[in-house]
Amino acid sequence: MTLEAYADTIVPGEKRHPDDHAIAGVSEGPGSVEAGAIELLETEATGVTAGLDFLVPMLNAHAKAYAEEHELALDPSLPEFVALSYEDRVQLIVKLTKNGHPEKDGWVSLALFCNMAFDSAPHLSTAQAIADGHPGLLAMGITKPDADGLWRFPNYSYGRQLAELHPDTTPSGSPA
Amino acid sequence: MTSDKTEVLIVGSGFGGAIAAYHLAAGGAKVTVLERGPWLESKDFDHDFLLGSSYTRAFDFVVGDGMSVLGGNCVGGGSVVYFAAMPRAPRFVFERHGSIGRRMWPAEITRDTLDPWYDRVSESIPVSQQDWNDVTYSGGLWAAACHHSGRTANPTPVAIDNAKCTNCNWMMGGCQFDAKRSLLTNYLPAALAHGATIRPLHEVQKIERTDDGGYRVHYNVIDDVDYRVHTESGSIEAKIVILAAGAGATPVILQRSEESLGKMPHGVGRYFSGNGERLNTAILNEDKVREVLGLSREDGLAYEANQIGKGPTVACWDRLDENLPEYSRYSMEQLYFPPGLGTILAQVPGGDAPTWFGKEKKEILKRWRSWLTIFLMTEDDNEGVFGSPPPTGNAFRVSQQMLGRGALKYDPTPNTLSGWAKADAEVKEIMEKDGLAKIAPWTNDVVGAYTVHPLASCRIGDDAGTSALHPNHELRDHPGIFVTDGSAVPGALTVNPAMTIAALAERAVPGIVKAAQNRGIDVKYGAPSPDGATSGRRGVTKLALSLAGD
Repeated sequence: MTLEAYADTIVPGEKRHPDDHAIAGVSEGPGSVEAGAIELLETEATGVTAGLDFLVPMLNAHAKAYAEEHELALDPSLPEFVALSYEDRVQLIVKLTKNGHPEKDGWVSLALFCNMAFDSAPHLSTAQAIADGHPGLLAMGITKPDADGLWRFPNYSYGRQLAELHPDTTPSGSPA
Repeated sequence: MTSDKTEVLIVGSGFGGAIAAYHLAAGGAKVTVLERGPWLESKDFDHDFLLGSSYTRAFDFVVGDGMSVLGGNCVGGGSVVYFAAMPRAPRFVFERHGSIGRRMWPAEITRDTLDPWYDRVSESIPVSQQDWNDVTYSGGLWAAACHHSGRTANPTPVAIDNAKCTNCNWMMGGCQFDAKRSLLTNYLPAALAHGATIRPLHEVQKIERTDDGGYRVHYNVIDDVDYRVHTESGSIEAKIVILAAGAGATPVILQRSEESLGKMPHGVGRYFSGNGERLNTAILNEDKVREVLGLSREDGLAYEANQIGKGPTVACWDRLDENLPEYSRYSMEQLYFPPGLGTILAQVPGGDAPTWFGKEKKEILKRWRSWLTIFLMTEDDNEGVFGSPPPTGNAFRVSQQMLGRGALKYDPTPNTLSGWAKADAEVKEIMEKDGLAKIAPWTNDVVGAYTVHPLASCRIGDDAGTSALHPNHELRDHPGIFVTDGSAVPGALTVNPAMTIAALAERAVPGIVKAAQNRGIDVKYGAPSPDGATSGRRGVTKLALSLAGD
């Protein structure tokens, strides 16, 4: 649930059900979690999977300290990071990923993969992911490939001169 | 542990390695190329973001301290993953002073003296000018925006066979259609035809000197799926070593070799340049594209074409003016950058912090089809320095493939920051004129600045204090070791550097052949272009004799 809350802060989505605590519910449409962030983070090839067991308690410890610093009362039935509001989750991630933070590399890696789950779904084959309705790829408007799984765009150009050439262009087409 | 012998050992198979491999093999030398990445063919180049597809197998993303480097990692090196833009560097570049306060290029290299070598590359690859019918919607949009604000714009010279190109925009993971003229289509097959050997998945660890004045090169063999795993190690002896592992790796190999080879020149692992690169993301107002620029597609859309195309097709060169002061000259080029590592660095234009993640960022992701990426190549200050080398390779590998943490430190100087700011401001002025778009540069806060064109970490020069290589590309104080990749380029070029890296490699070859002859290797210089054409050779015949010292 803590990782879901982290992923939902990077690319937020809408709650899956009324009691969904991990998803803050600040954005319409699916976010990183529904796009498969947890599946991606649990894919060994990312290199971050083994570190998750350490990152989760660290994140909750940071959340607890953040709450104490800001005198916030957290719901004791939830992991501390999950108990933070979306705005407070954002502020904490800003702090953890800032230049100079000793754990920056770990939190940035986590953010990178949470973002990638939405915008490129590297845990799935892209053509299949689009065919299956992957929410991130569809939200971005990435089109379907041809029947052989490859993309081709026969129309690609406005087909006319749209600016004057630089006067110092050489015969090779390079700057002088 | 296995050991072997060759005459010429080349580390890396990108522009620097492939060009040297071809000429030396064609001239009769026994050539072995060690390449740390896999050997992929056109059928292996996927249209797929899946981890383990060619997108992650063929390139490396190394995060440093203040600078991250994206580079090729396969047979063919950068040529397999680049966007094939091949402009020559403008004349003023060779007169640059950079951070040393006087001309940084060797006195004998100017645009005029390099042009015949550019011609050789242009014939060999080959490189051609695009016309407006080849220009993609995104390039056309950039051209129209430049024109609308009183600027010029040029279709860029490229190494693409437009008849084969499907404008799929997957070329960063290798070209399945063989439309991109990577080194896999010219120099490398020609080198193989002349008997060169290429060993993929061989990552060089260090170099040591042998008793007979040659070199022994130690390598690890990398697992072809999990690059973090080494399956064996070995060494190979050679009379000549050519380092062409790329500007992010060549200096690291030399740093690690210092213990056995002796002290390295001061320039090894210093003066790194990110080619002054910046990426800006414009989010277009489709109505304004139609109204202000008068553009529309065959299907009636105004633009919405971010997914369609083939990398950069149009650049604005108005600021490549030799009369402008250094650090205020730059090119502005339209570029496609795929989702994944790049998208996270795009910021919400004018948004409240944080601008690289969160709910506002998600809203601009939904408008991805209306994105236009503008790539700025400015004059930086060669301020990158490599720290202590990691135990193996050039980075601590994080992921099975692609992602690593390196020892490069980059703290931009006021000169560099000023160049970036000027370029950012101009592209903002162009793209936001009359409400065409909202634009913001990629953030440097997440993984530092970002370059796809690392340069100058082991550069040529006349001065031993500020260069690692003699003007003939031989490593200072270490005869018989040459460096021919992007690390040899002295500084930022204000344009895409592949053409200049290749021309310098061509220019270095006659001298390397001469050094090989002096070490008893039976080799001659004078091969034609890989396809047998000879006009490029005729153009450099006299130059080659002087570079070989005859």
